[in-house]
Amino acid sequence: MSRYSNLFTRLNDARQGAFVPFVTLGDPTKEISVNIVKSLIDGGADALELGIPFSDPIADGPVIQAANIRALESKINTQDCFDIIREIRAYNADIPIGLLLYSNLIFAQGLEHFYQQAKEAGVDSILVADVPLHESKMFRQAAQQADIEPIFIATPNASDDTLRQCASYGRGYTYLLSRSGVTGTETKAEMPADTMINKLHDYNAAPALLGFGISAPEHVQAAVKSGAAGAISGSAVVKIIEDNLNEPALMCERLREFVATMKAATAK
Amino acid sequence: MNTGYFGDFGGMYVPELLVPALKQLEKEFEKAQQDESFKEEFYALLNEYAGRPTPLTLSRNLIKNPKVKLYLKREDLLHGGAHKTNQVLGQALLTKRMGKQEVIAETGAGQHGVATALACALLGLKCRVYMGAKDVERQQPNVFRMRLMGAEVIPVTAGSGTLKDAVNEALRDWSANYKTAHYLLGTAAGPHPFPTIVRDFQRMIGEEAKQQVIEAEGRLPDIVMACVGGGSNAIGMFADFIDEKDVKLVGIEPAGKGLDSDEHGAALCKGSKGILHGAYTYIMQDSDGQIEESYSVSAGLDYPAVGPQHAYLHETGRAEYVGITDTEALDAFQALAKNEGIIPALESSHALAYALKYAEQQTEETVIVVNLSGRGDKDLAHVHNVLNERGAL
Repeated sequence: MSRYSNLFTRLNDARQGAFVPFVTLGDPTKEISVNIVKSLIDGGADALELGIPFSDPIADGPVIQAANIRALESKINTQDCFDIIREIRAYNADIPIGLLLYSNLIFAQGLEHFYQQAKEAGVDSILVADVPLHESKMFRQAAQQADIEPIFIATPNASDDTLRQCASYGRGYTYLLSRSGVTGTETKAEMPADTMINKLHDYNAAPALLGFGISAPEHVQAAVKSGAAGAISGSAVVKIIEDNLNEPALMCERLREFVATMKAATAK
Repeated sequence: MNTGYFGDFGGMYVPELLVPALKQLEKEFEKAQQDESFKEEFYALLNEYAGRPTPLTLSRNLIKNPKVKLYLKREDLLHGGAHKTNQVLGQALLTKRMGKQEVIAETGAGQHGVATALACALLGLKCRVYMGAKDVERQQPNVFRMRLMGAEVIPVTAGSGTLKDAVNEALRDWSANYKTAHYLLGTAAGPHPFPTIVRDFQRMIGEEAKQQVIEAEGRLPDIVMACVGGGSNAIGMFADFIDEKDVKLVGIEPAGKGLDSDEHGAALCKGSKGILHGAYTYIMQDSDGQIEESYSVSAGLDYPAVGPQHAYLHETGRAEYVGITDTEALDAFQALAKNEGIIPALESSHALAYALKYAEQQTEETVIVVNLSGRGDKDLAHVHNVLNERGAL
């Protein structure tokens, strides 16, 4: 059983959804980043979604882009990110850790090597933001060889065939997107989340976590109510980092509180 | 069907969300290619509005070597002042065929932005152009041109505030608005189908040049040269010559302050393979895969990647790619003005500079064609400043 399946089984029994916060590794520094991720765990995060900073994050909005820039300005590189993950894995052996990053960072290390390093550091899943299903073959092969679960995004404009493909290629969880745009922006939902969740369920997809636009407990509640296995919150979490850059201790406290509040909203 | 790959290069490395928009564009483009009425409309605009065909001018005074003839393909005479107008008209027509009313574009120096703005004004499309905040400052006349033609210019402060950041921002806008808006990408780079579309909407440059040089010389040229930033004017010039194996193709990259310095934009000469802005190609990056900032005196060549077909032509050896420094380009800029009465764009001056070097070395009869991709009016203030600083005025 993978850490994700263990998690979903446990949450199902407890009649809860999952709350998954996202942060960019190394934002604002390597040391603070470790404390940030530990605070997310202490606040009750069910799984972690962690970004490796990239110079050109085209799928991200202004808040997460700024986090990428902060991390790169403090000279964070891919190895630093694996160091942080190793520390987190030592801190908590059970929590599923997902990486969310851009393809060029993987290419630069060589696919096989990157996935193996990730596995050794304690990563469970990898989502490549700029690799769509039809370009994903090499990445899926590398994932399989390293025993990493490849994550794919189910989009509201996807055809049924694409959703089927998403269901068949994805492991761990399905990243469910209920509207267009980049992270941290507000646009109206297109396909209702429950319609997509039902379809994914019919196609035997991995449990769906609703991402994008999750910034308040009522969004988490709505996600769980619509049948999602949980919700991922990125920009709202990163905004707390941005707003407390000068006071790391307060920042970590705020993050813990935020995660606890969001987690409390996952009860079914 | 086109797979979107040139050997290993190219592809569609974009968020899943953009795939339907790119597939829609691919389909519309393929339909248009089969549709005579599309071609008629496109070529009518090119001829009657933009001023095609452009002339091929034999240089009278610039070349001292009597064995060498240098022909200039005069894209500087195209409406808008550069080759950019060609493909923009094509994509604007595709936008209308897709039933979209809005156009998103990115621009560096502002040339593609100006071309997009004029096409949108002509065809009644709403236009917004992302431009790095630094470039907005540096290129005020072009910003004003775009605004005069009704385009909204949006300064981008994120990142380095230059072309690559404008591309990032345009992609983000498109992610949210692809249903109503077309992203009119400005060069033969980016995700499939853009490299193919832009090449095919620029290929008349090479087709015309080929005919014209055959008319003038009774034979094909020995060598064809064009500058390469993203690579649209070069691929437009090369496309019809690729199968003519006896014609050498040379792409000229911006060597900035020297290929061995940190300040250049030579993705093919000095970069390595990777993914940027949707395509697997040659890019400028560090060992971790972070994209490095490019540099060139010419804003239009200042881009840290290159179109995937150029990557393929480079890898297979069908085309050769070389660097020309800022200084060499500035010298060629002045030489053309002084000897021929033509003020070329700084971009095109790179190709010209290489042609001048090459011409000197020839001992056999040689016919050279250079794509003079744009005119230099936009560069006057910049060149004036640079020459002033160098005490050359």
